[in-house]
Amino acid sequence: MSNETHNTGHEQEVEQHSHGSTTHDSSHGHHHDEHHHAEHKEHFFTKYVFSMDHKVISRQFLITGMFWAIAGGLMSVFFRLQLGFPEETFQVLQTFLGDWAKGGKMDPEMYYGLITIHGTVLVFFVLTAGLSGTFSNFLIPLQIGARDMASPFLNMLSYWFFAIAGVVMFISLFVHTGPASGGWTTYPPLSALKEASMGSGIGMDLWLVSMALFIVSSLLGGLNYIVTILNMRTKGMSMKRLPLTIWAFLFTAVLGVLSFPVLLSAAVLLLFDRHAGTSFYLSEIFVAGQALPNVGGSAILYQHLFWFLGHPEVYIIMLPAMGMASEILATHARKPIFGYFAMVISILGITVLAFLVWAHHMFVTGMSPFLGGVFVLLTLLIAIPSAVKVFNWLVTIWKGNIRFTNPMLFALGFVSLFISGGLTGLFLGNSALDIHLHDTYFVIAHFHIVMGISAFFGMFAGVYHWFPKMYGRFMNKTLGYIHFFITFIGAYVIFWPMHYEGVAGMPRRYYDFSSWESFKQFAELNQMISIATIVVFFAQLLFVFNYFISIWRGKKVTEDNPNPWGSTTLEWTTPIKPGHGNWEGPIPEVHRWAYDFKDNPAEGTDYVMQTTPLREGEEAH
Amino acid sequence: MSGLLLIVLVALIFLVLYQLGRSSEMMATIQGEEAFELKRNKWLGYSMLAVWIILMGGIYWCHLYMMPLIEDMLIAASDHGANYDNMFMITLVVTGTVFFITQFLCFWFAFRYRNNGKNKPVFFAHSNKLEMIWTTVPALAMAVLVAYGLKAWFKMTSAAPEGAQKIEVVGKQFNWISRYPGPDGVIGKKYFKNINEQDNILGLDWNDPATKDDIVIPTGEIRLVVNKPVELIIGARDVIHDVGLAHFRMKMDAVPGITTRMWFTPTITSAEMKQKTGNPDFVYELSCDQMCGRGHYSMRAIVIVETQEEHDKWLAGQTSYYSQSHPDEMKKDAAPGGATEEKIEEQETVTMN
Repeated sequence: MSNETHNTGHEQEVEQHSHGSTTHDSSHGHHHDEHHHAEHKEHFFTKYVFSMDHKVISRQFLITGMFWAIAGGLMSVFFRLQLGFPEETFQVLQTFLGDWAKGGKMDPEMYYGLITIHGTVLVFFVLTAGLSGTFSNFLIPLQIGARDMASPFLNMLSYWFFAIAGVVMFISLFVHTGPASGGWTTYPPLSALKEASMGSGIGMDLWLVSMALFIVSSLLGGLNYIVTILNMRTKGMSMKRLPLTIWAFLFTAVLGVLSFPVLLSAAVLLLFDRHAGTSFYLSEIFVAGQALPNVGGSAILYQHLFWFLGHPEVYIIMLPAMGMASEILATHARKPIFGYFAMVISILGITVLAFLVWAHHMFVTGMSPFLGGVFVLLTLLIAIPSAVKVFNWLVTIWKGNIRFTNPMLFALGFVSLFISGGLTGLFLGNSALDIHLHDTYFVIAHFHIVMGISAFFGMFAGVYHWFPKMYGRFMNKTLGYIHFFITFIGAYVIFWPMHYEGVAGMPRRYYDFSSWESFKQFAELNQMISIATIVVFFAQLLFVFNYFISIWRGKKVTEDNPNPWGSTTLEWTTPIKPGHGNWEGPIPEVHRWAYDFKDNPAEGTDYVMQTTPLREGEEAH
Repeated sequence: MSGLLLIVLVALIFLVLYQLGRSSEMMATIQGEEAFELKRNKWLGYSMLAVWIILMGGIYWCHLYMMPLIEDMLIAASDHGANYDNMFMITLVVTGTVFFITQFLCFWFAFRYRNNGKNKPVFFAHSNKLEMIWTTVPALAMAVLVAYGLKAWFKMTSAAPEGAQKIEVVGKQFNWISRYPGPDGVIGKKYFKNINEQDNILGLDWNDPATKDDIVIPTGEIRLVVNKPVELIIGARDVIHDVGLAHFRMKMDAVPGITTRMWFTPTITSAEMKQKTGNPDFVYELSCDQMCGRGHYSMRAIVIVETQEEHDKWLAGQTSYYSQSHPDEMKKDAAPGGATEEKIEEQETVTMN
């Protein structure tokens, strides 16, 4: 990223009176303008590396997330090669994996390492840090009307803890016993005993350290988001005027702050079991030819601790995507989001229920049937707020005036995928059905569609939508359309047939099915899925290519149209390339809710900015 | 080399696509931004319809392709399995209805309400009535699903009926071991510190007389009697495994240090299943369904469902694990005292038969 690109934006900032910023004279600024002078003193290091500007930090999160998405995606391509073509050898595997794929044939140990790291980095590094890290950082101050986060310093630390977590995870790929290989859930005793698996050696320690650092990052970020949203809203920005994105980020942060510490405790106890001779998770184990002294622990305890985060984690991933999709659907359908309060209440409902459903991942652990029953009930309850959201999205586009921009297509794709993936949750949440489907390809299909691809679609929609605000330029539309159609169709091609494999009981995390009478008939299908995976992977590279080339070569956002999507929210009242501090003058005041998409005769538009005072006789929403 | 070529090729394709994109933007400027956007919007609107058709067509085609492949597995081989299939269908009907309606609306609305330059969006921001409807309807649907689910759940997790066959299944890296109680019908005690790979792979406690007649099958083969309830008593030696019996729609974790159980009634013998599926190689398989290390995918055991007669015959051919692991003692075992004597003798006679 060159210094120059960003400085050129500075001249343009002076003249920035957009449709929305008509309230500049209402000088109520409860913030001083000290920030925006500081920028002149900044050099490359403080501006782009150890930056405390939330907008730069958000881009750091996004680009780091992209790195991990490519790495994690490449891993999936590799293990899909094994699954699709178990008999064949691939030179590319040896090139990347070295001795782990001698002669182009992947070692099972490395196969398990790849699925583990694929899951870990996509769930945590991409869809948590890359999604909520990026957009919470970018949008919270901009949309609530704040100069920056409550603590820019902690915000910076949040990114750097994440970066270091990534470095540690990356190093773990190169240690001689390989990375952690017990699945992303890393259940002990497998993950606790280095005798049980090569990946449970130093690779597992690095995994745990990386996760601990990541949790610190997530907590620093989350606390900041909560405090900022609650305390730093501009004048007039009452909670009920917040855009749904902000509501989503708020509850996402609440979920993270309350549940990540539990994962940390799980990780710490696991470290003790591994190195300090404790028996939190270990009992009555005979491994590698000898009986271990540990008795009295419970392997299931770890699963409770893990899923106490693990399930809210799903919503930590989903909520930001939902919030952004709501915002984008309304904006590009030129129609208010339908049922704003119902949307807020359903986010709240999801947040509360998210803490009460974790054990539905554990129906087959031999848990008390009564407890299982309670979790079935609570799990299926969470379908209600989810259904409300879907219906509200559908009514939002009903009788709208839809512009099929890149972000809109991805938001529509998000809705479609969320429905498909969400409905299969009703099978898995019902314990009696889950018993058969548990740990089969049905689960893979379910969660990849609902919290993998659909969350990715929310993220893509967000990137295409806010790219003009991030860089003052547009991403290339044609590439965006190609990206959308390949990814959308491809996602269904890859994951839809997996439901059938799961119904047939085909277990996940298998390296090879050819010796199984019950599962070997899917060989041709597995090949087809693998080929689709490769195509979709390249489509994602196209997106990354588009992203980077557009930073420098994209079509510019111009002064005569600084609010290109016709949004109502505050971020579009800032200069085209806002400096640190976001607004040149005082922070604008807010007079109405975020979704006033209606005729605005005063300005000849079909929307009214949040900063526009109510007309005489106009009723507030 | 070919890798390099591939990279160059991909980069070239990307660049060509990018140039195409640029030129279409140029076209837009020439033709007039607005007119161009409207035209594009029209095409994209139609493509939404096309996507919906492709999606539905794809689902249909996928169904036609997949059903023959999973046909064999659709025959539930236990009473619980039949119940399960029923419940699966109910859930499928509920979710399927919602799926088709909402997916259709999603793409139809997108197509129907595309910006065509004339559309006037309606300001319709909320309706408590609608919200009530679509909170209540899903709630009712959920209530039905929960009711069905819990009924099945409490039935399958209830205590095994009296007289159920008892079999112990133990997972270890990377195979299964099964144990039958022998003539006394009691599965004897075990303790993990007694385990050794030579002559006590389960760590049976020989001080417990009930262990002396237990039959241990190191391949984990499980033999069930058709229409007779069976209770599996499940354990693990090293890490967590999972007894997955897809044909019977059952699954239960095998956790070191914890004993888990599950019971069901097999209803179709292996021989009948070979006929039903038309596959002479058909076998019921036990798969490990919990990640357990590098050999996870190979943790396979065979399950055989047979008639009582066949089962008795097979059982008669087995020797106790005790006798296998104490061959010397068995020979010189002229007059051992205590309760075990009878059983051993009984077993020897059985073996001789």
